Formats: sequence, structure tokens, C-alpha cells
Amino acid sequence: MGLNDLTIHELAGRLAKKEIAAADLARDVVARTEAMEPKLHAFLEWNGGELLTAARDMDERRARGEVLGPLAGIPVGIKDVLNVQGHSCRCGSKILQGYVAPYDATVVAKLRAAGVIPFGRLNMDEFAMGSSTENSAFGVTHNPWDLERIPGGSSGGSAAAVAAAEVPAALGSDTGGSIRQPASLCGVVGMKPTYGRVSRFGLVAFASSLDQIGPFAKDVTDAALVLGAISGRDPNDSTSVPEPVPDYTKALTGDVKGLKLGLPKEYFIPGMDKEVDAAVRAAVDKLVSLGAEIIEISLPHSDYGLAVYYIIATAEASANLARFDGVRYGSRAKDAKDPLDMYGRTRGAGFGPEVTRRIILGTYVLSSGYYDAYYLRAQKVRTLIRRDFMEAFQKCDAILTPTTPSAAFKIGEKAEDPLTMYLSDIFTVNVNLAGICGVSVPCGFTKQPKLPIGLQVLGKPFGEATILKVAHAYEQATEWHKEKPKI
Amino acid sequence: MSLDPKTPKMDVPYLAQLARISLNAEQVEKFGAQLQQIVAYVEKLKEVNVEGIEPTAHATPITNVFRADEPRTPPGDPAPFLKNAPQQANNLFVVPKIVE
Amino acid sequence: MDYEICIGLETHVQVKTRTKVFCACPTEFGAEPNTNVCPVCLGYPGSLPVINEVAIRKTVLAGMLVGAKIAHHSKFDRKNYFYPDMPKNYQISQYDLPLVIGGTVEYDFGVVDKKRLGETKVCRLTRIHLEEDVGKNFHFERTSGVDFNRAGTPLMEIVSEPDLSSSDEAFAYLTALKEILIYGGISDCDMEKGQVRCDVNISVRPRGQKELGQKVEIKNMNTFSGVRHAVDYEAQRQIETLNRGGRLVQETRRWDDMAGVTESMRTKEHAHDYRYFPEPDLLPVSLNEAWLAEVRKLVPELPSAKRKRMVGRYGIPPYDAGVLAADAALADYFEAAAQASKNPKSVVNWVTNDLLRDLAEAKLAIGQSPVKPPHIAELVELVDSGKISSKIAKDVFVEMFKTGRAPAAIVAEKGLVQVSDTGAIGKFCDEVIAANPKIVADFKAGKEAALNALTGQVMKLSKGKANPQAVRDALRGKLSG
Repeated sequence: MGLNDLTIHELAGRLAKKEIAAADLARDVVARTEAMEPKLHAFLEWNGGELLTAARDMDERRARGEVLGPLAGIPVGIKDVLNVQGHSCRCGSKILQGYVAPYDATVVAKLRAAGVIPFGRLNMDEFAMGSSTENSAFGVTHNPWDLERIPGGSSGGSAAAVAAAEVPAALGSDTGGSIRQPASLCGVVGMKPTYGRVSRFGLVAFASSLDQIGPFAKDVTDAALVLGAISGRDPNDSTSVPEPVPDYTKALTGDVKGLKLGLPKEYFIPGMDKEVDAAVRAAVDKLVSLGAEIIEISLPHSDYGLAVYYIIATAEASANLARFDGVRYGSRAKDAKDPLDMYGRTRGAGFGPEVTRRIILGTYVLSSGYYDAYYLRAQKVRTLIRRDFMEAFQKCDAILTPTTPSAAFKIGEKAEDPLTMYLSDIFTVNVNLAGICGVSVPCGFTKQPKLPIGLQVLGKPFGEATILKVAHAYEQATEWHKEKPKI
Repeated sequence: MSLDPKTPKMDVPYLAQLARISLNAEQVEKFGAQLQQIVAYVEKLKEVNVEGIEPTAHATPITNVFRADEPRTPPGDPAPFLKNAPQQANNLFVVPKIVE
Repeated sequence: MDYEICIGLETHVQVKTRTKVFCACPTEFGAEPNTNVCPVCLGYPGSLPVINEVAIRKTVLAGMLVGAKIAHHSKFDRKNYFYPDMPKNYQISQYDLPLVIGGTVEYDFGVVDKKRLGETKVCRLTRIHLEEDVGKNFHFERTSGVDFNRAGTPLMEIVSEPDLSSSDEAFAYLTALKEILIYGGISDCDMEKGQVRCDVNISVRPRGQKELGQKVEIKNMNTFSGVRHAVDYEAQRQIETLNRGGRLVQETRRWDDMAGVTESMRTKEHAHDYRYFPEPDLLPVSLNEAWLAEVRKLVPELPSAKRKRMVGRYGIPPYDAGVLAADAALADYFEAAAQASKNPKSVVNWVTNDLLRDLAEAKLAIGQSPVKPPHIAELVELVDSGKISSKIAKDVFVEMFKTGRAPAAIVAEKGLVQVSDTGAIGKFCDEVIAANPKIVADFKAGKEAALNALTGQVMKLSKGKANPQAVRDALRGKLSG
């Protein structure tokens, strides 16, 4: 076992006491990454030498007695959608070939301030559009539990890297489930914070009103630590909220006695995978045995979430991705005769099929004559979906659902059928539409093959502490998080 | 999924042109068929009664987020930006000739 | 047939701020290309806009100055279209909920014809909204180059109703609008820096018809005279087309200043589909009473009110008051001088004649005037008290403008004080009487005009310093004595 197998809360204490050096941890991380990458392809890019240099520098500063951040010397993997100064940031797309980020995303700057060493560029579906990482222009990432299967997406690289212990933690982004779904399929903890909890500055936008950045971690305590480090109001992001950031680890008491947990009947549907259903129901029972109270709730507009999502997300994306035009950065078609020709061919060659489909769909729903029927109507149904949750939270402290309707599917299985692929997000999209928070925590495995299953815990706006408390209590009462994939 | 004949027909070549993405005939046909299915799926929103419901554009109830009118320091350095440009000369981003 | 012309203007005005509307880059003009840029105004992946409060405040102030309604709830939208000078390929603008709704601009025909001064009309405004400017293109033989320094500069778009019915009215409206915006410190409206740009909507209809005719839009004019010429040309073109039995189509045309014609750019079928939708990166604007009250404190006195007040208070001619009121800084200058003087009428003459002429020659703004307001008052006092003659005063003013010194000091140093001393004057008179027997004889024969000739001789002898009245009195005394 290497240092890379330990959690951040184990590592941080030992680093602070100088029992281990950041350089030792970095070496183990690099060794593990070197060993795993030929099989997983979780990273698009990583630089072991750079990590070692940064780690040694951290050790020297510690030796000099400098006051370091609470996560000093911990490497954290960064999804390719976040700007890290001086590094590429291609968002899994050919169109950003050659782009070098001139600035750090706020979350990256905040992690650095906490002492974290950002490490590598993690694979993803192109521009975060997808549920499998098959839409990456640079090849699919493999699920550490079964290399023939997808790791989920769009933050598949982040989930796989943490599941395979290449890095202690990683950052991902979640627009419709892109953190929680891969976390569930790879058997790690993944958290989507409340909209506005974490600054989006430096996150290459997919759907601005839905995107949030969040952590992937080996356990809930680590997720709480990373979340605490990246949260807070940012003057560079108007939509970040000036809500105080508590010490989320303080909520991790293991005590859920008297907490009211809602079970929405719309999330336990016929046709759902039987093993997933059973695992989630068992998890509910476990929480009851810990003293939580279960109440039946209804989120009546849940079924419309996916349709609303595919209108709003694609509409916003069609504008957000207009900037990739070959003028200021990235790739450009050769020998264009005029700007129009340059745009068409640059974008035609630069975007993959899923991104192209979604841009066209988004263009359609906003176009003259269709706006009211699609976009405006979707925004109104979004109001109803949010209202459903707000009413439910009058009755309960958190909501429990499966994270995904089934475990990881095989690479290529759904690639040609976009709509079926979209259905893997059916339990996660409503959370983004409502702007609330959610965390996925491992809650069992399918039998044959052995694939992870996730329990999703949802909370009210800025209710991160509560859902982390529930997830943590459950995690500590079970052994799932201790199971590691054998690769 | 069966297609409702009432589902509006997407004009994919027009939309691709609006979005400035060149598609070949094969792509137009393939994407067209896939998108038509998705459009048929989202038609289900017509079932929802949205009368009197306000649209949600933001998931945050906050308003009036402003910044002070103060210039950043230090002043900008164009170098890293121009370096990212596919084509540049004399501090300008160069593009194929714009004809109005 | 007799046609009526209906003109509405969409005027884009650069709002005076230190930084751009959505990022902290300076709005400085004339910097090296692409030096006032950052990830936000270059549309870099991951960057986000944040609203400049001063840009909002000045747009609201503009609304208050034109008596408009300030929206309780406003928001920003994305307007989607591709162009190389547009960093994100969408412009952050305002679609259905602008900051300012309605309002009016009163304009005076005096600016097109001095004789019509005081003849005014009112143009209704539809709305004022805030948006971001694009970059600037430079064209070379085979390529174009883009400078994004201007991208993200705050622009106010002021949309008028089609209330204007001639090129003169359009010109007078724009002049009045500019005056208001400069007055409020909202914009410098510097035409040479492209701070005011106009789109013109124009249609013609048979006089008496209620419905508007087919509208044609003329894009992007950056001088008021351009607007005037384009309107004249386009109105004529439309009328001729109709008279020939032709039909007008809804289209966008471009004004070719060199050729003096408008030419078609695109027709309705090719109109842009801008796909406006709410900007998700910016939260709505909802201005409360306390915020608005702070802005209301910045509302200055408007030119027309100022003109009326100055006529009443200082007794100066309405025309001069109009000249002063058109420029807030000039009006302030005058008032500072007038309040220090017992004779505002004389002050206004010095300011509007001598000072403005010399400033124009030296290409100086009123704020840069070497002559300060108290010196004007002092100069007027020197003349009124008889210390110097009006003629000498002109020379003193030249010296004041050259050196910036106080008139009394100049008069003292150069010994220009008017001679009223009867002894000295008497000597000059005796000399002149002795040397001009013929003129003296004329006077004595009853030719009153001869006295003027003698007075002139005495003045000449005294190098202009003698008090003309004292000279006349002395001459008369000696000759009739």
C-alpha cells in the first residue's frame, strides 16, 4: 500500500507532523498514475516532475517553519474544464488544441491557497456533454472496476482517478449529474454543491445556470475538506453567494437521530435495475437503524426534468460555445476564404458529434418562433421542479434517491443512441434545475460483474452540512467505501 | 420511440448555419434523425400546465451584484493572449479578410 | 402626393466610466492594440462578467434627465451573432427589461437656424438600455486584424419613437440629447472618438395617414451631419420610389458618406435571428428607493432651465444665455464671473465675444482658460469705474489671455490708468487747439461734429489714456470760454 491509498484527512495530519513528506506522497501518486494510466486513461495530461518539484518546495517551506494551508502538499486532480494557469485546458475537445490558460480558475487558486498541488488534466466528455466520457476527443476513460465499462461522465476521468487511487481527490463539474453519476459508477464520493456555493470563474461554461464545481473523494470526510476549501463568494462570479462557509467536517458527527429523510416515490420506478433498487432500499434501512426517520414524499414534476434540462442546458451551451471560433485561441481551419468559412469549418471539424447535436438543439429552442414553446416553457417547468423540492424540504431535512438507474454500462453500448444515454441522468438533473445540493456515496455493488452502486443524498440550498452528515453516518456504518477495485 | 406527426420539423441546415457549424449531407441526415427524436421527447412539456408560473432563469434569488468602477492593476500584458491566437501580427488578432 | 417623413433614432453612446462594463480593464482611448484586455473582455473560456455599478448609475441618471421611468426590475440578455470583433459571439445587452423606459427629449430649432431660437419640439423616447461595445477591425489587403481594446466598453442605447419628421429635427434632437448627456457627466459624446453612433429608422407615409410606412433601417452613422444627409437622401429615395409606383421593402441599408447614397445591406428574409435569452451569468437588477435617491442627487439643472434662470437672474439676452447654457462648464464660468460683478451684462459680452473667440483660436476648453472668472469681473469693474477706457480694456484682455495675470496688475504695470486729471488733459487740449485752428473755427461756427475730431486728436496725444468724457468737457470749456 502506498501513500496514494490514504485519505486526505489521514495524509494531512501526518504531513503536518512531518511523519511523511509531501515529496513521498507525490512519488507514490506519480508511480500509481504511471502504472494505471495505460489501462484507465483518466488523465489527458500529467506532469510527474512538476508535481515532485512543487511537493519538494512545499516540504522546504514546512521545514522553514512557514505557516502552510490545511491541505499543504496534497495533490488534487483537476478536470480538463478548469483553467490552471500555464497549462492546457481543452475540455476534451479538439477545438481548444494549443490553448494555454493565462489564469487560474478561482477554485484552483483557492486550492493552492490551502496548500493543494493541482495535478494533471482529467479526461471528460467534450465540454462536459455526456454521461460516459466516450465523447472525449482524446479517447474514453475506463472504469477501474471493469475496464470494459464506462466510468460515467462527464467527469469520468476525475471519478476513475480517485477510484484507482491515482490521486487522493479530484475536482469535477456537474451540470446534470456529471459529478454524482460517475462517482456512483466508480464507487467514490462525489458532491454537487448548491448553485452559488462555489465560484464558477475559470470553469469553461457548459450551461451557466446549472454548472457547479465539486469534489470527488475517497470518503465523505475528504469531500467535506475539499468542499470547504473551494467554497465561498467570489467577486469574479456574480452568481456566487455571500453565504458563510462553515467547517463542514464539524457536521460529521455520525449522529442522524431524529433527522427526517424523504423518499420521493418518483425516484423508485418500475424498470429500474433490481440490484440498484435493493441496494438503495437497504441503505435506507441502515439509516433508519441509525435513528433517522423516513417519510414518503412526492416530487410530482420529476418526470419532466430531463426534457427541461435538455432545453435549458443546450440553449445556454449554444451561446457559451459560440466563442470557439478560431479567432482568439484554439484551432482554426486552414485557408479559410472569409470569416464565415473559417467559423463553419473550424467548428465543424473542432466539435464532436454530441457537442454539435446539442449546439443545434440549443439554437433551435431559442430560434425565432420557437422560444416560447420550448425555452420559456422549460423555464416555467423549472420553476415547478424547484418548487417541488422546496415544498418537500418543508417536511424533511434531506432526500434519499438512487444516483443512477443502473450500474456502469459497457463502452459503446449507448454511443449511437443519444436519448437512451440521456436517461442515465434521470435522477440527477432535477437537482441542478432546482439549484440545490446533492452527494453520491457508495452503497453497495452489483453481483456479476461487481460494479458500484451509489446512494444520492439531496439537501436544501446551502444544506451541504446536513447531507454530508447523513452520507458520513451511513458511510461509517458500512464498509463499502473500503472496497477497492483490483486493476 | 414513435414520432408524433405534430412534432415540429427541425431545419437542420438552417440551424447549423446559424450556429456556424459546417455539416456534410450525411451529418445533416444523421443528426437530423437523432435530434428529431429528442425534440419529440421534449414535446412532453406541453402536458404541463404552466399558466401563471414565472420562468426561472437563475437558481439564486439574489439581485444587484455590482463591482466598483476601479481599474485592475497592474495593466494588461497582451503577450499571453496573442500567443494563444491562431494568427496574429502587430498586436492584432488576424482573421481572413472581413467583407461586409 | 404630399408625404410625411417619420424618423426614429437608435443612438449608441459610450458611457463615461473608468473601466469596462463587465471587467476591470480601463476604457482609455488610443492605447496600443490589445493592451486593455483581459480574459473577460476577450471572451476567454471560463471567464465571467460582473456589472460595473457606475455604468448602471449613469444609465439611470440619463433616464432621470429625460424624465423617464426607471425600471424596478431589469435584466441582461445575450444577443447571439457571430462577428470577428465580438469576443464571445454574443453581446450582453438588454432585451425585454431595459433599465429605462420612456422619457422625452426637448430640442430647439435654434441649432439649425439661429432665427428659430426658442422654437422647440419634443421627441418621445422608447427606452434606454445598457450593453457592451465590440472590438475594432482593421482591414489589410488579404486579412483583417482585430483590436479588442474597445470590446466591453459600456454603451447606452437610446431608442426614440418615430417622432422626428425631418433631417433638421433629427439633427436638433441629437444635439439636444448630446447636450443632456454631457451635462449629466454621462458621456463625453466625443464624436471623433466614435463615442456616439446612430442607427436611423425611417419611413414615409402620405400626409394624414395613421399607420407608419414601410420602415428602412440605416446602420451605423458616426456624425450628426451624416445622419442629416442620410435622412435627406433616404427620404427622397423612398418618396421617389413610391411616386414611381414602386414598393418599399423592409431592409437594412448602409450610408456611404463618400458617395452620398444609402445602399441595401440585407432584406427582412435575411434578417438576423438573434436568439435573445436571459444572461445566466448576471443576476437581475432591482433598484430600490435608497439607491435611486443617491442617483437623484446627481441630477443637474438642465440647459433649458438654466437658460431661463440666467436670463431672469442676470438680465442677459436670451441668445447669450442659450450659448452659455449649452455648455455646463461655460455657464459655470460665467456665473462665477457674474456673481463677482455688478454688471453681468458686460461680463456676458466679454465671455461670449472675447473669451470664446480667443479660446477657439488657441484650441482651449473653457476649463483651460488662462483668464479666470474673477479677472473678468475685475476688468469690467476697471472700465465701469472709469479707470481704463473700453479701448484700453481690449488691450488689457489680450495681455490677460497671454499671461493669465490680473487686469489691475497689468494696468498698473503698463501705466494704462485713464487720465482724468484736468491739469494734464488741459495741457493736451491747449496743444490740440493751437495746432488745429481750422477745426476750432468750425466748432465755433456751430459745427458740433468738429468737437469729435478734436477729442480724437487729444486721445491720440494721450496714447488713449485720457478719459474721453473729461476731454470733451475740457475742450468745450476752453472753446466756449
